[in-house]
Amino acid sequence: MAFKAGVITFPGSNCDRDMAVALEAVSGEKAIRIWHGDADLPDGLDFIALPGGFSYGDYLRSGAMAANSPIMRAVVAAADRGVPVLGVCNGFQVLTESGLLPGALMRNAGQTFVCRTVPLSVENASSLFTQSFAQGETVRVPVAHHDGNYFADEATLDTLEGEGRVAFRYAEPVNGSRRDIAGILSENGRVLGMMPHPERAIAPAAHPSLGGEDGKRLFESVIGSLVSA
Amino acid sequence: MKVRILVRLKPGVLDPQGRAVHHSLEGMGFDGVDDVRIGRMIEMDVADDTTDEALNTMCEKLLANMVIEDFAIEKLDNEKAPA
Repeated sequence: MAFKAGVITFPGSNCDRDMAVALEAVSGEKAIRIWHGDADLPDGLDFIALPGGFSYGDYLRSGAMAANSPIMRAVVAAADRGVPVLGVCNGFQVLTESGLLPGALMRNAGQTFVCRTVPLSVENASSLFTQSFAQGETVRVPVAHHDGNYFADEATLDTLEGEGRVAFRYAEPVNGSRRDIAGILSENGRVLGMMPHPERAIAPAAHPSLGGEDGKRLFESVIGSLVSA
Repeated sequence: MKVRILVRLKPGVLDPQGRAVHHSLEGMGFDGVDDVRIGRMIEMDVADDTTDEALNTMCEKLLANMVIEDFAIEKLDNEKAPA
């Protein structure tokens, strides 16, 4: 079965190509590139990815203006119909700003831009995004962000934890996120936002501190769930 | 009509930027600073018939993030208006 994935590009996105490459490497199908100013999504999309970057230069708040762009109305409507959506880094910020995911991503507690590969603990290995991982497994995925400090009130955090909606947690201090949250799922489990970049970990690299294939497993999970379904 | 909007972090939301500035002020030898919190001020020039409701909606939907921020709207009369 064909897998039809769309990757949205906002002005200032810079991981859109990497996201398309990762999806194409795992699915063998060309990813469709979609411009933020379009009012409609192509018909019959199986999956939507919001990439990392600095949409609108991070003016006002990271992701705030992208969340109000024409294409996001269509993305919210598609998510409401159950189309799976992945937001990575700036894409995660856009998802919280658009209300598809709860909480907000604030300036890193240490005030500095963090750019390194970090260990993540897989907290929910049964979602459509994470079924190729083992519960509690530690994986290594790169982060590169200034505003990754996840914030939500205590009641929201308790709900996320109680419903198994924390997908990934940092296994070491990274940015001051509440309860070390690195990635969360929507209530129906079909929207995932995460600060780490799985699309940057789809192949081994010559140097051991670079590359890795743990990110690839996230795309294998998604494509495996959707194509076999 | 000139409108000034003050966007601030809600009480209780940690402000790492404010904390870093507070630390710098102390390092510069300024005593007696108990707390520093940093917000954002937005000045707009809007049509005179812009309703309070419209201004509130602008704040809630874009200018502030209601998860972490509060806002206050101040309408400026012409004498007080910024040049």
